[in-house]
Amino acid sequence: MSSLVGYLEGVGLLGPGLSDWQRGAHLLTGETPWAPAPTVIPVLNCLPSAERRRTGTPVRIALTAGLEATANAGVDPAGLPAIFSSSGGDGQNLHEICAALASGERQLSPTRFHNSVHNAPSGYWGIATGATAASNALCAYDASFGAGLLEALTQVHVEQRAVLLVAYDTQYPEPLRGARPIPDAFAVALVLAPERRPATLARLEVRLGEAPADDMPEPGLEVVRQGIPAARCLPLLAQLARKRSGTVVLDYLSPWTLRVEVGPGL
Amino acid sequence: MKPLILSAYTATSCAGQGTQAMLETLRAQRTGLTPCPPEPFDLNTYVGIVPEVDAWPLPSHLDAFDCRNNRLALLGLFQDGFAERVRACAVRHGGTRVGVFMGTSTSGILETELAFATRDPQTGALPGDFRYAGAHNTFSVAAFVLRALGLAGPAVVISSACSSSGKVFASARRAIAAGLIDAAVVGGVDSLCLTTLHGFNSLQLVSRAPVRPFDAARDGISIGEAAAFALLERADATCDPGSILLLGTGESSDAHHMSAPHPQGRGASEAMRQALESSGLAPGQIDYINFHGTGTPSNDEAEALAVAAVLGPDVPGSSTKGATGHTLGAAGALEAVICALALREGFMPAGVNTTHVDPALRVNYLIENRRVPLKHVMSNSFGFGGSNCSLVFARGE
Repeated sequence: MSSLVGYLEGVGLLGPGLSDWQRGAHLLTGETPWAPAPTVIPVLNCLPSAERRRTGTPVRIALTAGLEATANAGVDPAGLPAIFSSSGGDGQNLHEICAALASGERQLSPTRFHNSVHNAPSGYWGIATGATAASNALCAYDASFGAGLLEALTQVHVEQRAVLLVAYDTQYPEPLRGARPIPDAFAVALVLAPERRPATLARLEVRLGEAPADDMPEPGLEVVRQGIPAARCLPLLAQLARKRSGTVVLDYLSPWTLRVEVGPGL
Repeated sequence: MKPLILSAYTATSCAGQGTQAMLETLRAQRTGLTPCPPEPFDLNTYVGIVPEVDAWPLPSHLDAFDCRNNRLALLGLFQDGFAERVRACAVRHGGTRVGVFMGTSTSGILETELAFATRDPQTGALPGDFRYAGAHNTFSVAAFVLRALGLAGPAVVISSACSSSGKVFASARRAIAAGLIDAAVVGGVDSLCLTTLHGFNSLQLVSRAPVRPFDAARDGISIGEAAAFALLERADATCDPGSILLLGTGESSDAHHMSAPHPQGRGASEAMRQALESSGLAPGQIDYINFHGTGTPSNDEAEALAVAAVLGPDVPGSSTKGATGHTLGAAGALEAVICALALREGFMPAGVNTTHVDPALRVNYLIENRRVPLKHVMSNSFGFGGSNCSLVFARGE
């Protein structure tokens, strides 16, 4: 098949023991040892206070990663189309809704309901940044990062404009946690452009393949990669952190994997 | 953009199982809405229910996907010879070259809602037969459609509330243009569940009566369920006169509010402008518009302003949600199929239930069917989070 190419300009990252891309990059190369620590859920200052109070973890981590990536790329978030991809959306909010519906009263809070849509982070992103371009909200279960990357690169290729990709996941409380044991929250954001520009960090060329996905040499990070669908990006982030050309293989929809050739930015 | 051909399409909703039944409902200006059954939904409203769903168990090799939403998907896939057309397409291109792009808002969440009501009183555990990946997860409907059709291409769910299955046409179009795939099954499947019924009710957006879009007395939505699909291929393959083409797509964000539209329809206007631009059409070339037309006071008002601003107030239009209910994540694909039927049969479907078009809305709203050859039609789908999508379809020359 043909390949899809995009030029990476900025990264945002938030996850267990990973507070942002700058510090996370040193941990992903192994330069500084990674230590397990719960994901720190940030406070959002980019939303008006009325909206801020209503947001759950997915909105907070997705918007924080998106803002970090656009700031690192030096692009105005208001001007970018965005793609949000998540395996499960807002697990806590879903739990509260199902518990309320099972209670017999069946009184839902309007805020809980509008936060239950899978595109809630996409909606709040527009409110926070003023971005009026197309915004997508995807799900592909464990392949959600890969599906988001394919959607982002097809947009870059066809529309010939830069896009923001954000992949994120949060954990469920019990009893759903038993059925879907996502251990913690994670978000990653990439700004991808159609051509080489001064801000380019790396060239990415992606094609479908069937080689097994790369794992993370650090066992704790491998647990994160396997446990959180959005963290299936970690081998790519580690390659980017090493600032070296090379090929990584990422999980996608079985039996497919994604072969990503990482080339120099200059 | 290069047009794509809808080489097969089908829809199943309360307005009929398959396109022939739906066409008869539309021609007769009937509604498929009925009073909401007390169990398990428990709400004083009208709904668009597909009663045949429960008579269609999944074949045993698809057991892992069993839920009402996927049973509705399967019922829909086997209407109009759709599944056979997809299989022939997969033989032509190879199964790995046919992608699946499905829209849904809630997938198989109904089973989770019911499972919560039967949690173990001691431990709180869900019942042992609870299925997360195959039923609850938002992706389950795309995984199911991929498996049921025997395809092996890329698959994804778009879940942007009520614009979901409009946007699948835009994503599939890009994936074909980029060479990732040669053809795509696009569609939307959403089924009745407690979250949407009681959630929209909590926002006071549910009508007690059958929905009356654009009526002066409109007072909310009627929720429905549907499974609608189209097979998209490059138009150079098999383009006969009378073929139905996807000509243009437009997508935008309101950047305004989570559950209310921009009052002047800013994002809606932008989506329609983009759809016209990518079609290469002038506003006057749209012969009919299928409104999103949910029937809430503010949605119809914002859409009327947007349509008047982009296409002018005289373009004939209707919302077919009076016949089908608002099928949420399936609405975009369902109304795309209605547009395909309107182009094929040469008629503009009336908006049923509406008797007194709101004089405050500058729209040319059809309350009677009109027989007339059509060349180009537009369909709007707008959702929570300010997600907007407009599609333009054409009848091939």
